[in-house]
Amino acid sequence: MKQLSTKVTSNAHGQDSSYFLGWEEYEKNPYDEIKNPNGIIQMGLAENQLCFDLIETWLAKNPDAAGLKKDGQSIFKELALFQDYHGLPEFKKALAEFMEEIRGNRVTFDPSKIVLAAGSTSANETLMFCLAEPGDAFLLPTPYYPGFDRDLKWRTGAEIVPIHCSSSNGFQITESALQQAYQQAQKLDLKVKGVLVTNPSNPLGTMLTRRELNLLVEFITSKNIHLISDEIYSGTVFGFEQFVSVMDVLKDKKLENSEVSKRVHVVYSLSKDLGLPGFRVGAIYSNDEMVVSAATKMSSFGLVSSQTQYLLSALLSDKKFTSTYLDENQKRLKIRQRQLVSGLEAAGVTCLKSNAGLFCWVDMRHLLDTNTFEAELELWKKIVYEVKLNISPGSSCHCTEPGWFRVCFANMSEETLDLAMGRLKEYVESTDSRRSISKSSHERIKSLRKRTVSNWVFRVSWTDRVPDER
Amino acid sequence: MLSSKVNSESHGQDSSYFLGWQEYEKNPFHETLNPSGIVQMGLAENQLSFDLIESWLEEHPGVLGLKKNEESVFRQLALFQDYHGLPAFKDAMAKFMGKIRGNKVKFDTNKMVLTAGSTSANETLMFCLANPGDAFLIPAPYYPGFDRDLKWRTGVEIAPIHCVSSNGYKITKEALENAYDRAHELNLNVKGVLITNPSNPLGTSTTRDELDLLLTFTSAKKIHMVSDEIYSGTVFDSPEFTSVLEVAKDKNMDLDEKIHVVYSLSKDLGLPGFRVGLIYSNNEKMVSAATKMSSFGLISSQTQHLLANLLSDERFTTKYLEENKKRLRERRDSLVSGLKKAGIGCLKSNGGLFCWVDLRHLLRSDTFEAEHSLWTKIVCEVGLNISPGSSCHCDEPGWFRVCFANMSDQTLEVAMGRVHGFVMNNSNHGKQKRTMWDSRRRSLINKWVSKLSSVHCESER
Repeated sequence: MKQLSTKVTSNAHGQDSSYFLGWEEYEKNPYDEIKNPNGIIQMGLAENQLCFDLIETWLAKNPDAAGLKKDGQSIFKELALFQDYHGLPEFKKALAEFMEEIRGNRVTFDPSKIVLAAGSTSANETLMFCLAEPGDAFLLPTPYYPGFDRDLKWRTGAEIVPIHCSSSNGFQITESALQQAYQQAQKLDLKVKGVLVTNPSNPLGTMLTRRELNLLVEFITSKNIHLISDEIYSGTVFGFEQFVSVMDVLKDKKLENSEVSKRVHVVYSLSKDLGLPGFRVGAIYSNDEMVVSAATKMSSFGLVSSQTQYLLSALLSDKKFTSTYLDENQKRLKIRQRQLVSGLEAAGVTCLKSNAGLFCWVDMRHLLDTNTFEAELELWKKIVYEVKLNISPGSSCHCTEPGWFRVCFANMSEETLDLAMGRLKEYVESTDSRRSISKSSHERIKSLRKRTVSNWVFRVSWTDRVPDER
Repeated sequence: MLSSKVNSESHGQDSSYFLGWQEYEKNPFHETLNPSGIVQMGLAENQLSFDLIESWLEEHPGVLGLKKNEESVFRQLALFQDYHGLPAFKDAMAKFMGKIRGNKVKFDTNKMVLTAGSTSANETLMFCLANPGDAFLIPAPYYPGFDRDLKWRTGVEIAPIHCVSSNGYKITKEALENAYDRAHELNLNVKGVLITNPSNPLGTSTTRDELDLLLTFTSAKKIHMVSDEIYSGTVFDSPEFTSVLEVAKDKNMDLDEKIHVVYSLSKDLGLPGFRVGLIYSNNEKMVSAATKMSSFGLISSQTQHLLANLLSDERFTTKYLEENKKRLRERRDSLVSGLKKAGIGCLKSNGGLFCWVDLRHLLRSDTFEAEHSLWTKIVCEVGLNISPGSSCHCDEPGWFRVCFANMSDQTLEVAMGRVHGFVMNNSNHGKQKRTMWDSRRRSLINKWVSKLSSVHCESER
């Protein structure tokens, strides 16, 4: 008799993917400015390390929050005993208001519709348990966060069917891609229970356009399925455009109290906007009472530490802090993204024009030996082992076109980023000189520029907003 | 539209266990503000030794302030999401668990998986050890929460091992074999046995003989042995606590890959709000999988930092464990003598935060209906929320779990006074105005019958 469950013996935890393997390599030889200047620079971790000073300052000014005191009195005992899966009321209220602030206070979040979870990892899995049976499928636009293969499928038995997005239109979701994915699921005999999008997108770093959001709402209405909008990067939007949440769209279409709104669920977390992945703070927001009720009970399997809830309720209730933070966070992310983009350009590398997130979606197709995933993997290995940068290959994100990589920029100092860009430039130049044996350099630059212009032209023509300056 | 998990009731929260809690929430006792309210005796919380922890915190203010040697470690902690856990915390837990077992067992941090509470640990173990439709044998009576924790999302079944009062609820070879055979008759693939040692709700620790029997049984059947030892630090009387790992060592089974221990700080340290649990196992493959699964319920790094410091202070942990036991024993003695005065006996306990109380003589008939009727009387008339044995899957009507560590001495006295009064009234067949109580009791029974689907209670054990 088999000793362990099939969940253990299968590899459905998804952790054999290169996404995690690159991480392993980094762990063996991590870059350190002083101790290991030749080590691998971690550019595969979507962490936000740019604004800790703001939080540290706040903590120093408000010692009671971490000190578990309220009005000078210790509330240690109350917090130690507080395991109510409805969550600390003041925390949910502060979280709801923070989410509203991120959306320019255009939409409201009712704290009673929030279910707390130990990170969005837990929130997403819990939603799957609530919305899908084993064997049911959710449609996800590619490329998507590699962790979803584990989070959404592993223990739930749910399936993911990709909605293929391509670089030809800036990876935007189209009606035909949606329909194709739906039909593909049916061909595979999978019942489609919904669509899950990450907005802003990981790994693209772009916000979903209003057109796409409208399309999604119409699609789930016509198919009578759910829409999960993972908005964990909502506070990292740094472009000129405002973040448009699916909640905005529901409001604008006057669908707020409709039947459809019950099938739209938002996932949030403080891991990216506030840079606090270690504190395990996630949330599900749903208009469906039964989902809220069931998810609340399920949250027993991953509650947020009351110690942490208390600290964050104090932090997020301070509106002066939150508005300063969101503003400053935006500014710093924008500067850092620009630094990455220009560093890449200096190496003759372009990326998808982004306006959010902690990473860029980088086009290295011109560096591939062949237009194949094998070539992509070869290139990736070279970049990890020779250039010593851990970046994430597009194949690990289920991208359908080889040659795209996700490169993070918010988890290191400016100097480290400079160094990384320097290494890349060196590598590209050495590769170029090697390649010039086979191709004339003129031809190469011409084709590179054409590709650069194509991306730009297509991106601009498909967006319904005024293009940001480069 | 929604999954069957949402629509089914296998979250187990319609049981009376949670309904009594609801009643309490509507009318909670308060010494001064609501002296006639319901006293909560259904919550296995340890509130007796907070002062010890609070003193420690006052002496070490940097810890809560996210400092290490005066330096802020806020950033490192904020970013620390490694599911292998904070090494300093795991070291401290290994030491603490060893100490609880008189250092007869040594814990290796590589065999530990941290989880958000033992609720998460138990569910994760099920996901790792069993497939949907497989079964685990559990001695009854058992913690009501297991119905949700072990079964709900995993699809695993529980097959009870029937234990009876006639032998002090000891696990017998016969009972084990019967449970195993019955499971097979129901076409269930038995994957293991899960015990809680010390037992919830019994308050007794599993004897060496029972542990030996269990390991012989699971070994012979080639199935798993899970020992939930979350109350291990609450054993205040002889016999001393014996962990399954000790007995495994004696049987040369200490590297056995089918023995797993679950632990938590919710009971021994009284910190259920901080969500600290763990799985301990020799099974590398299982530890590896469970570690990945712990992503779904990691412990906040802020909390790991606090507890790494608290539990690595050997002076503190020694003093705490000793004092905690002393206070628990005293409190248990108060409950037992209070009940005795009312002519009520309970199972002789040596640990836990509750007693297993014998109210069979107060039943009008030897049935679960009568137990339920008695229970509603006790909640509504006497004003005490206690847990009926049926909610713990006990085979015999008339037993109740009564908690003693979640209230002050004075409140316990009040509760005992009420019990005394109730028993006196009952035996004298006193004529009293019970209309109000009757209608409340009726409404409670109606609710029970119509199975409320929304219960606003948090989980506990």
